[in-house]
Amino acid sequence: MQSIGEAFRLAFTLVVTGEADLYEIVALSLQVSLSATLLACLVGLPIGALVAVSRFRGRGLVLVVMNALMGLPPVVVGLLVYLYLSRSGPLGFLGLLYTPGAMILAQTILIVPIVAALSRQVLEDLHAEYAEQFRSLCLSRWQSVTTLLWDGRYALLTVGLAGFGRAVAEVGAVIIVGGNIDHATRVMTTAIALETSKGDLPLALALGIVLLVLALGVNAGVQSLRMSAARHAMVGASHV
Amino acid sequence: MTIVRLIATTALSLCLAGAVAAEDTSIIVQSTTSTANSGLYDYLLPIYSGESGITVKVVAVGTGQAIKNAENCDGDLLLVHAKASEEKFVEAGFGTKRTDLMYNDFVIVGPENDPAGVAGSSDAKAALTKIAETGALFASRGDDSGTHKKEVALWKAAGVDPSSASGDWYRETGSGMGATLNAGIGMGAYVLTDRATWISFQNKQDYKIEVEGDETLFNQYGVIPVNPEKCPSVKIDAAQNFADWLLSSEGQEAIAAYKVDGQQLFFPNAPKE
Repeated sequence: MQSIGEAFRLAFTLVVTGEADLYEIVALSLQVSLSATLLACLVGLPIGALVAVSRFRGRGLVLVVMNALMGLPPVVVGLLVYLYLSRSGPLGFLGLLYTPGAMILAQTILIVPIVAALSRQVLEDLHAEYAEQFRSLCLSRWQSVTTLLWDGRYALLTVGLAGFGRAVAEVGAVIIVGGNIDHATRVMTTAIALETSKGDLPLALALGIVLLVLALGVNAGVQSLRMSAARHAMVGASHV
Repeated sequence: MTIVRLIATTALSLCLAGAVAAEDTSIIVQSTTSTANSGLYDYLLPIYSGESGITVKVVAVGTGQAIKNAENCDGDLLLVHAKASEEKFVEAGFGTKRTDLMYNDFVIVGPENDPAGVAGSSDAKAALTKIAETGALFASRGDDSGTHKKEVALWKAAGVDPSSASGDWYRETGSGMGATLNAGIGMGAYVLTDRATWISFQNKQDYKIEVEGDETLFNQYGVIPVNPEKCPSVKIDAAQNFADWLLSSEGQEAIAAYKVDGQQLFFPNAPKE
């Protein structure tokens, strides 16, 4: 158990001494997972909103599939992306394998279902409130979708955070398509896996602590953004 | 499929700046894990890159997976330790030429209390037979790696079929050397490992080397440039340049100079030109 105390000390030292390697890994983790989250939102939010406002035959099945895909195993996604991006695969000509681009792609695929399924739920609840108004205003489906996405933006931030949390914490996909190459595709989770396999458990745990703090920071950042935006909106409204 | 293509292109453009800068002067080495985990590359690559200007990116996986990845053209150079598989790789046209690079040896590590009574033995076959007879736990890689291939060959030589005891005293972890050592140490099992990984491994607890010094435990590493005729994307000039450096007297001396805790991990044995 003493290694846990050691890990906290080590994590502190790592951060304070500002080791360049650590910052490089942290920066790449953020770059990859935030890009993936952004892309997943661009793809997943419209899907979620569209399904939320639409009624069609087989909708129940679509919902079940969307929800089930939230459980996509990262290692399977990694394997699929590897097979496509491998030089011998259909997208091999892109030369993306073992680059951050490949990692972004894998994480995006991994979290699109999360963003789509969760936003569908959030927006469907919101739609239930708005449906009458939409009908009276004779809004088109597209107008309904954009209105819902805008009005639900704060709740959707949480959806984005859920996606980010999944992306930044996964190791199975990025280690296959990124290759955990030092100074090129090493991120926090693959670095943790590497140190564990070297038997350096305190360092692995220290990196884990740094990762947690990182996730905490991103969440806190988004939360404060959300709160200040909400306050701003209220101040603006009271001036009118 | 169009969505995948779209995302791929977007992702590509996102990281274009970084990719283009590194494109021309970097090669990918598909490597066994022991050379990476023991820190050998961390020692060698700065020396080589400083001289050549070529960046070497190492993907460290088990030998079986490294060969598979290279067959998919996802590497420029192969550095592994399973001679028979390597020769097959070259024969099938995937590699230009296999050359002996360096060697060390395998050891069997086990817990202090040595339940099978094999400590101090230098007869790997006899030790494995004893482990099987006493039913002492043995943790196997079970992942088609170079170390796993060696282990399977050793069991075969000992006339024991451990797969019938799989899940009983024979535990196949299906993971890398470090993970298998962690698991083996966790359950008090014997583990076959290369000496380099063992010396640099930091979670030894009460484990020590029980069996060593048998000539069947010899561990030869080889280096093979991937054949550009099979894989047009291969940067053969840079890959050949790195292979030549590793095999040169300078590269060989650098390999010999790498030590952990005062112990030499790899012994260069490239054929003299």
